[in-house]
Formats: sequence, structure tokens, C-alpha cells
Amino acid sequence: MSGGTTNGTFQNGAVSNAIEVRELCRHFGRQQVLDHLSLDIPEGQITTIVGPSGCGKTVLLKHLNMLLVPDSGTITIYGTDVTRLGNRGRDAVRENLGMLFQAGALFDSMTVYDNVSFPLVEKTRLPENEIRSRVGETLAAVGLEGMENKFPSEMSGGMQKRAALARALVRRPKILMLDEPTTGLDPTRTGAIHELIRETQKKFNLTAVMVSHDVPAVFQVSDRVAFLNHGKTHLNGTVEEVMAADDAVFKRFLAGRAAGDDDGASLGG
Amino acid sequence: MVGLIERLGALIIDGILDLGYFVLFLVYSLLNIFLPPYKPRLWIRQIRIIGADSTMLIVLIGTFTGMVLGLQGYNTLNRFGAAGALGTLVALALVRELGPVLAALMIAARSGSAMAAELGSMQVTEQVDALTVMAINPVQYLVSPRMLAGLISFPLLTTIFDVVGIYGGYLVGVKLMGAPRGPYFSGISSNMDLHDIATGFWKSVVFGVIVMWVCCYKGYNAERMATGVSRATTEAVVLSSVLILAFDYVIGAILI
Repeated sequence: MSGGTTNGTFQNGAVSNAIEVRELCRHFGRQQVLDHLSLDIPEGQITTIVGPSGCGKTVLLKHLNMLLVPDSGTITIYGTDVTRLGNRGRDAVRENLGMLFQAGALFDSMTVYDNVSFPLVEKTRLPENEIRSRVGETLAAVGLEGMENKFPSEMSGGMQKRAALARALVRRPKILMLDEPTTGLDPTRTGAIHELIRETQKKFNLTAVMVSHDVPAVFQVSDRVAFLNHGKTHLNGTVEEVMAADDAVFKRFLAGRAAGDDDGASLGG
Repeated sequence: MVGLIERLGALIIDGILDLGYFVLFLVYSLLNIFLPPYKPRLWIRQIRIIGADSTMLIVLIGTFTGMVLGLQGYNTLNRFGAAGALGTLVALALVRELGPVLAALMIAARSGSAMAAELGSMQVTEQVDALTVMAINPVQYLVSPRMLAGLISFPLLTTIFDVVGIYGGYLVGVKLMGAPRGPYFSGISSNMDLHDIATGFWKSVVFGVIVMWVCCYKGYNAERMATGVSRATTEAVVLSSVLILAFDYVIGAILI
């Protein structure tokens, strides 16, 4: 491990943390997927979580957005330990979260407009003209002006991702979570979505947590990288710090990704 | 041997847990009908899909069922010189038994399967998770309106089934086969009482709950794999059909 780290974690300086994960454990059957995982997500930055298949990236994200409950450990979002909250408390925290799912998760029976306006219609009392204006503004931010009346099935994969991103952003969340936002897209569209994520993060001053397989391309739009292995945070720091780290497991993972091996470091460690 | 006992024990515990979750799902979805926020737009939409859109199918099946009853009933009763009781036979058979059961089976096949497939597809494509992350209760948004729609639609569709069935029996028994016209309807009004109608009504209410409960549960809990939706749909229709027939006997025995 390179100097300046504590158990593979580089200090994030004076930036305060939007999310703090401490000693998180979760098992499914006999498999320990998260094993005393700790991680800080600094405010106003893009933190990308990478790691070999099965290392617990998506499971961690599902704990951060409270779709899963941990066996033990804590997750603090803006000072609130969400693992101790009931349904109402969780819903209150979720008001500040936006989530882009791997396949978009757009409601296929609704148009783009209905999809994007859905969180506003269901969860706010904004007047119709205000909703219309907010949806238009958000669709413009993701480059989907004029697509309001299209159904998801009438759009390409990249456009669906944009629409799903617009839906995640329409309530102006403080934290945006992205689960493999470029899965199934060609390299050109992958680059475009990465750029879009960067632009929207800056525009709305978001804290973004992204799970991605697009290594090392995704590092170009990330501020920080958390490398998970065997259900633990193996490396966590800025992109430069992590890339410069003298860590054999991470290097094997990078080499594996470059060779197209889905398991990256083959869970070796 | 120990391994076998362990597996058997795990199977029993899993079965009990599944049953508990199945029952809690019903309680939770019924409870959420009465909790705010109220969504009349969703209720009306589901009543249209489950109820209004099934009307033609119910009319068709009801008519043919009544026609068959009229045909077979006349042939049988005529052997004993009792063709005048045809109206009573057709009406009692429809109102007490065939109306609620056949209407429920038809709605399970038509709307129940579509419901399980739709909810299963939403589960597999993470649309249910998307609702949860948006702080929207997915059971209240997706399941409770369907429960309410089932409770309202099933008795109405069963009534339509019974009425068109009685006229179907009249068409064949009286108009085609020549059973006496007068006693057909007068027999119904004099021999059928409120208890017979209540039996059919309660059956249709219970079947409505069963079909919505089973189909929503199977769809909502579809496995997140390629075969998850098809398996959920098949299991929903099979289980709700079996439960309809089982509860038909139970309610029939209680309200005899």
C-alpha cells in the first residue's frame, strides 16, 4: 500500500461527508457479501465504486438507498443513521435522493413527460404549470427537449438512460445514485452519458455515487474511486491517489478489465 | 440423516415464513386502501381494467353457460314431467354456484394473469424499486387499488353473469326446446330467496379477494430472472383457480 493511507483509505481533506458507512455487514444465505465495509462519500463530488463482479457494489448501493437493510453496521446520510429509521424516516431521507437504475426502470406504460413528472405529481403539491416548467428544464438539461410524448419503448438505450436521469434529477436531490449507468451502451453513447453525468453533477451541485464497470473510462469523470474486494473497501481516494497506489490487487483488477475479464482480479487478494 | 432432517426443517420453516408473508401481504394491501394518500384516479383505472374491460367476456361465457343449462336442464326435467321447474334450476345453479365460480375463473384467467405479468415485469425491471426510492409505497400504489377494484368488480360481474345466464337458459329452454314460458320466471321469483342471492354475493366477494391477492402476490414477488414473470403468471392462475374451487366448497358448506 502506498504512503498516506490508512487501511487503503486516503484522507479526503476538509470536505465534509454526505454519506458515511461504518462496519456494514450483509449476508445472503451463507455468502457474506458485505464484510465490515466502511466508506466515506464526500459532499459535492462524484465517487465511483468499482470492483470485481460479486464484490458487493450493487448491494452496497441498495443499502445506501435503503432498499436493503444491513445485518449490522451504520449508514449515516447527512447526519442521520438510516439503518435505525422506520418507513416514514426512510421516506423523509429519500426526498433528498435520486436514483438512476441499471436499466433505467422507466414506467413503460407512461410517456417521457409522465415518467419525469411522476415524482413531482406524486410527492409534491406544485401547480401544473410549475411541474411542466420543471420537467421541461430538466429534460433540456439531459438533452431530451421535444421527446415528452415518446414512450420508453420508442427510444434508444441512451435516450432511456437520459430520461431516467431526468426523472432522478427532477426533484433536485442532494445525492444522486447511479447503478451502472452505461450498461448496454456502445462506447460513443457511454462517453456521452459520462459527460452528461459530469455536467449535471456540476450544474446541480450534486453528491454522486456511481457503481460502474467502465474501468478505467469512468475515472475521467470521477473525483474519487472506491475499489471494493471481498465485501470490503480495499482502496478509497481521489482518482490520482488510487491510480498511483502500489496495490497488486487493484492492478490485477485493472489488467483484467483491460483484457475484458468480467471478474477483473478474479477476486484474488 | 442429520442433513436430511436439517433440509426438512429448513423446508418447513421456509414454508411457514412464506405463508406468513403471504397473509401479511393481504392484510397490508387491504389496510392501505383506507390509508392516505387516496388515489381515486388509480382506483377508477383498475375498476375499468378488471371490471369494465371484462364485461364482454362475462356476457359471452354467461350466455353460453345459461344456454347449456337450459338445454341439459330441459332434457332432464322433461323426463320427469317437471319442465316447468327449468327457470328455478337454471337460476339457482347460476346464482349459488356457477355464476360466482365461472366468473371468478374467467377474470382470473383474463385480468389476474395480466396483473401478475405486469407486476412481475415491473419487479424484474426494477420499476417497483424505483417507486420505493421515490418514497412511494409500492403496495399502496400498485396492489391496494387492484384489491379495491376486485372487491367492487367481482360482485358486479357475477351479477351480470347470472342475469345473462338466466336469459340464455330462457332462450334455449323456452324458445327453442318448448318449456312452458310462464313458470320459467315465476318459478325463479317464488323459489329463490335472499339467502341464495347472499350466498352468491359472498362467494363473489371472497373470490375477488382471492384472485387479486394471489395474482398481485405472485407478480409482486416474481423472481428477478428471465423465467420469473412467466412462472409468476402460471402460478397465479393455477393457485387462484384452485383456491376458488376450494373456497367455493367451504363457503357453500357454511352457507348451505
